[in-house]
Amino acid sequence: MDLAEYRRAARAWLLENAPSGEEGPGDPVARAKDFMARLYDAGYSGITWPRRWGGQGLTQAEERAFAAEVRAFSLPTYVFSIGLGMTGPTLVDRGTDAQRARFVRPLLRGEEIWCQLFSEPNAGSDVAAVQTRAVRDGDAWVVNGQKVWTSVAQHADWGLLLARTDVDVPKHRGLTMFVVDMRHPGVTVRPLRDMSGKAHFNEIFFDDVTIPDEHRVGEVDDGWSVAVTTLLHERLSISAGVGMGGQKDDPASFEALRRSVDTSDPIVRDELVELHIRTRALALFNQRLAQETRAGIFPGARGSAAKLLLAELTLFQADLATRLVGPESVVGDHPLSYAIAMAPGMSLGGGTNEIMRNIVGDRVLNLPPEPRVDKDVPFKDLKVGTQA
Amino acid sequence: MKLVLDDDQRGLRDAVRSFLGAASPLPKVREGYDPGVYARFNGELGASGLIVPEEHGGAGAGFAELAVLLEETGAALLPGPFLATVFATIALTRMPPDKELLGGVAEGRTVATLALPPSQAVAARVRGEGAAVTGTLERVLGGAEASVLLVPARAEDGTEDGAEDGAEDGVVMTAVDLTGPGVTRTPLETLDLTRGQAGVTLDGARGRVLGPAPDVADLLCVALAAEQLGVMRAALDAIVAYAKVRVAFGRYIGSYQGVKHRLADMHAKLEQAESIVRYAAWAADEAPDELPGAAALAQAYVGRACFEVARDHLLLHGGIGFTWEHDAHLYYKRAKADEVLLGPPRVHRARLARLLEL
Repeated sequence: MDLAEYRRAARAWLLENAPSGEEGPGDPVARAKDFMARLYDAGYSGITWPRRWGGQGLTQAEERAFAAEVRAFSLPTYVFSIGLGMTGPTLVDRGTDAQRARFVRPLLRGEEIWCQLFSEPNAGSDVAAVQTRAVRDGDAWVVNGQKVWTSVAQHADWGLLLARTDVDVPKHRGLTMFVVDMRHPGVTVRPLRDMSGKAHFNEIFFDDVTIPDEHRVGEVDDGWSVAVTTLLHERLSISAGVGMGGQKDDPASFEALRRSVDTSDPIVRDELVELHIRTRALALFNQRLAQETRAGIFPGARGSAAKLLLAELTLFQADLATRLVGPESVVGDHPLSYAIAMAPGMSLGGGTNEIMRNIVGDRVLNLPPEPRVDKDVPFKDLKVGTQA
Repeated sequence: MKLVLDDDQRGLRDAVRSFLGAASPLPKVREGYDPGVYARFNGELGASGLIVPEEHGGAGAGFAELAVLLEETGAALLPGPFLATVFATIALTRMPPDKELLGGVAEGRTVATLALPPSQAVAARVRGEGAAVTGTLERVLGGAEASVLLVPARAEDGTEDGAEDGAEDGVVMTAVDLTGPGVTRTPLETLDLTRGQAGVTLDGARGRVLGPAPDVADLLCVALAAEQLGVMRAALDAIVAYAKVRVAFGRYIGSYQGVKHRLADMHAKLEQAESIVRYAAWAADEAPDELPGAAALAQAYVGRACFEVARDHLLLHGGIGFTWEHDAHLYYKRAKADEVLLGPPRVHRARLARLLEL
């Protein structure tokens, strides 16, 4: 099937099956799971994933084509986005066959929800500085510590956990990756209110949580290389919008603004032209990355440039929209009030803009690395977090 | 929509890049237009004939290939009237075929140029296919080097008007012999040292009527954007290379985030610019409905991005970038000259606003 045909079929399926809106009877997570099962059974979940583990075995081109169609809809896939975009691909790349057989298909079909447990209060951009400890105890590990910025943890069945297993070696060399059971009694999930006033994220506390060694992903003390795999998938999935629902209802989009602001003013027109230019420029860049992938050119760290541009566009357009709409945009339940409060998130989550620029500089342009003072110091002797 | 080069297009790119690297390196660029290099470029590589139809001696290629070629001539800052000839050729391929001119361009015998929009039409006394052309053009790209000028002309009273040629408003495209009588050319001082312009005064100059004047403004926008993409890529490559060897305070300057982050932003602009140029070239070849929007987008985004990258590439060089002997100002000046070549940049933004029905 050629790509145009694929897109037509996808559009037809979405028109038939996509829910009309967020409203509806019953538990929204249960409804999301029901939709995800239908999405999987129709062949639109795990489009690029290997057939052996339950995927469709197609290319990024099909995935991005589907994502492009999805933008016209609002799909209830948010609770699955971490599993589909980050933890699932990590298991496919780095898990054991037993782990792939156990976890991947239920993840793709929405039967189990995943979260990612990397960031900590003292380890954000410097995520290799995590302090959550995992200590070996026979055939199991015992985990204590705290994670933060964890999306969908309140619904999650499983989490991908980065923990410190050796403090006597430099920080990158003493980390191990695990799959942790989020239903374990030692796991406490607490909602974290962000600047929008809502709790999109959680804080997670681990109190003597046991993990069987068979749920270790990768070798002991090789967790950093597994984390790098996850982060790469994260950036690609953010820039492609995979599993992120749709943008149909974005109140700061060009189409929304042209309806709500006075375009007889030439200054307003020019601002909207700027928004159009930036939106098209990024959309075409994403399409080119998709076509390159299809032609066998892996975008790699160039996905970080796309993520950086998306972050800047997100903030620019919410900022522009509030300036164009004026005083009414920041009172009551105006959707732009929420949009401008959420807008900084894209520049922070999944790696800050500064980290994205470091990645583009180091891995795309191959610029010399910044001198590091933390590379050869045993973790226990290293300064981390906020130091007075 | 095709945004990625195929094997043939990559082959073309590599051939042009290696030819220009050897025949027209930067030290030579400073010496200006070299007809000998042009003869080889057009002869060995068939550069000037790339989009000329095969029956007239060209390669019959489309804008996707032309964009690849212009990206390389831009990156090399190839001096002289190449872009001018490409502009003229674009117009020639949108009119009833003129065997002599198309053949001359394809063989590299004829250096042509085009009066750029929105220049006023000049006046012409038309007698059959011949015309005596009168008017003043203040800035003609490659006007001193070209032998033929394509200029829209309005038939004067008392002459056969252009309606006979199918021109609705009586404006016909004329090909004026710039080497003949009645032509005064005044080379201009140009900011961009690598590309000349000239004032051209025509006083009953010898010309021929080619047919109704085509509207090629969108196609010129796309062609220029391809050159700008090359200029910006070469400028970024130059400063990235320098950031890897220049040391300050005991470190390579590229290791400082103050430098690295700006280079990353420049790279992000380049990625978007390339995507837009590929899209606009595809639209020129395959999607006429999308061409106006794509062409205006190309100039609005790529024209600006090219200057910004060339500017930042100069600044990040530090003081050496401000010297005459360093090449940074060559890119900077080309980028600025290109940004305003087809009119003040706001015209492209205004065009987008109209197309978006704002």
